[in-house]
Amino acid sequence: MRIKTLVLTAAAATTLIVGCSTAEKAVDTATKAASSAAAKVAPKAKPKLMNGASAEMLAVTCAGCHGTNGASNGPATPTIAGLEEEYFVDVMKAFKSGDRYSTIMQRIAKGYSDDEIAAMAGYFSKMPFKPALNQTARSETGARLHEEYCEKCHEDGATDPEGIVLAGQWVPYINWTMWDFANGVSQINSKKMKKRFEKMIAEHGKKSITELVAFYGSRSK
Amino acid sequence: MNISRRRFIQASGLATAVGVTGAPFIAMGATKKVVIVGGGTGGATAAKYIRMGDPSIEVTLIEPNRHYHTCYMSNEVLSGERTLDSIRFGYSGLGRHGVKVVHDMVTGIDAKARTVTTQGGQTFGYDRCIVAPGIDFRWDTIEGYDAGVAEKIPHAWKAGPQTALLRRQLESMRDGGTVVICPPGNPFRCPPGPYERASQIAHYLKHHKPKSKIIILDPKPKFSKMGLFVQGWKDLYGYETDNSMIEWRGSAQGSNDNAVVKVDAGSMSVTTGFDDVVKADVLNVIPNQKAGKIAFAAGLTNDSGWCPIDLHTFESTIHPNIHVIGDASIAKGMPKSGYAANSEAKVCAMSIVALLNGHEPGTPAYVNTCYSIVGKDYGISVAAVYKLAEDGSKITKVSGGLTPKNASPEARKREVAYAHSWFTNITSDIFG
Repeated sequence: MRIKTLVLTAAAATTLIVGCSTAEKAVDTATKAASSAAAKVAPKAKPKLMNGASAEMLAVTCAGCHGTNGASNGPATPTIAGLEEEYFVDVMKAFKSGDRYSTIMQRIAKGYSDDEIAAMAGYFSKMPFKPALNQTARSETGARLHEEYCEKCHEDGATDPEGIVLAGQWVPYINWTMWDFANGVSQINSKKMKKRFEKMIAEHGKKSITELVAFYGSRSK
Repeated sequence: MNISRRRFIQASGLATAVGVTGAPFIAMGATKKVVIVGGGTGGATAAKYIRMGDPSIEVTLIEPNRHYHTCYMSNEVLSGERTLDSIRFGYSGLGRHGVKVVHDMVTGIDAKARTVTTQGGQTFGYDRCIVAPGIDFRWDTIEGYDAGVAEKIPHAWKAGPQTALLRRQLESMRDGGTVVICPPGNPFRCPPGPYERASQIAHYLKHHKPKSKIIILDPKPKFSKMGLFVQGWKDLYGYETDNSMIEWRGSAQGSNDNAVVKVDAGSMSVTTGFDDVVKADVLNVIPNQKAGKIAFAAGLTNDSGWCPIDLHTFESTIHPNIHVIGDASIAKGMPKSGYAANSEAKVCAMSIVALLNGHEPGTPAYVNTCYSIVGKDYGISVAAVYKLAEDGSKITKVSGGLTPKNASPEARKREVAYAHSWFTNITSDIFG
């Protein structure tokens, strides 16, 4: 109703100014004026949304890409079952902010509040981690690099379920993630890890990533 | 909110009377029964997730076919990138979740008596029924095209033998031939599908029959992921050059200039609304669509030809205790996609588990992710996270969007790997 009034008023005003000979132009101008006025007057009303979905309800929507209960069948999408809670939250927030590069996860992560992310983190942390069937040949160099630079935090060969499990994750994902760190496409938000990761690259070159990936990818059970 | 609350109270009178002890029906020795009509993406997902949510509920899934071929990734069968077998799934996985799978055709649903009857003469009683029939075609919208003609000129919009037929025709086509694809008008199953199909066929032709062409005769002025497809066609198939492998002919809003109105199977040609006659070597006509047959037989459709539902529980707004999910439903705000059907099925399953246990359905959450593979190492996607509007009027997007236009070649390559992972994971989530 309000918009309609605006159109009429604007049209009348313009017609008065320019006279009748250019009525067509006047209508055009009036339409433009009205639509810009409408944009200012009536911004698209955002409907109120239902919040408070349960952790389970939120989590089951992830399964289409990450597998039932977060256990991915690969070949690239990571398993999110058994992820340590705090880590899940950190990564989702890093996707949201763009600190962590992603193809699609940034678009998705932005759809969740901090509370919802925490709820999903709790849910997936209780799901069993199932090692990926990567069929990657184990790299002994990778094992040594892991021991030297990573084991202190990613314990038991990065298999400790209380920590951040890397061994048995899908290889393409873990490979891309590390290369994105190395190339500065993604930020390493943990200062400790950043330091150690950079030290490893400085001392052994970027090829150390390939060796580490082959070590983590070789876990079969 | 009001509607679902009222329904909930009506539907669960008995359970409410029993109280909040947790397992009212079991304690009384009455098994809660859910009958699911249709074993596609929506139906199979719902069956599994109801059993995962409450193994005391007896779930019967009725589906005429022994196997299901997914429509998603069927375009890769057309290009020869994968086999038909790789998109074929059986029902033994659902059996392991305790779902009773019956291979029969449902012919009637009695909403009052709460029974489902089949062609084979069986009758199944239910507390809650889920109808997931997918789509049917509006054959009457194209002169000279019907189910019989489709045996020669495939739609391939239900995967399986139709996919195999179209693949064989592409394989036997001469180099220099013309493939004509006729997408449907809105709304239809898998909005980016016809354009991914054109892309995958172009991928095949580029490598095997490079003198050939694809013409898309579209009744619409624009289509899903249009900017990304056009960019991909330019990058890979010379789009908009003299040597373009793909030509898209759209119709202005309100016109049917490039809509196919007639098919002549004898001369392998189609006639557009503008009276253009276009001859084809391989013809793929995808007619306009409506909800699957049983939805009409059960009186679940409205004038639009689709099924109106309460977006919170997917319960029909026409018949109580019957839920409609997937392509057949009017899930306002969500596309008719495989991921959407999978997501809707979970909202519906969790609502039914709650209702049958005397609880109010919880807040729903929905997601859609849809990949299209334009060519080698060239994936694009659209994704969305949704919440229900408080007044129940719309499934509302809260975030999401398309692959950025300036995505790097590396990103496009990763999207292909994630598309294939999506396929592996969603099909095991449905059938595994």
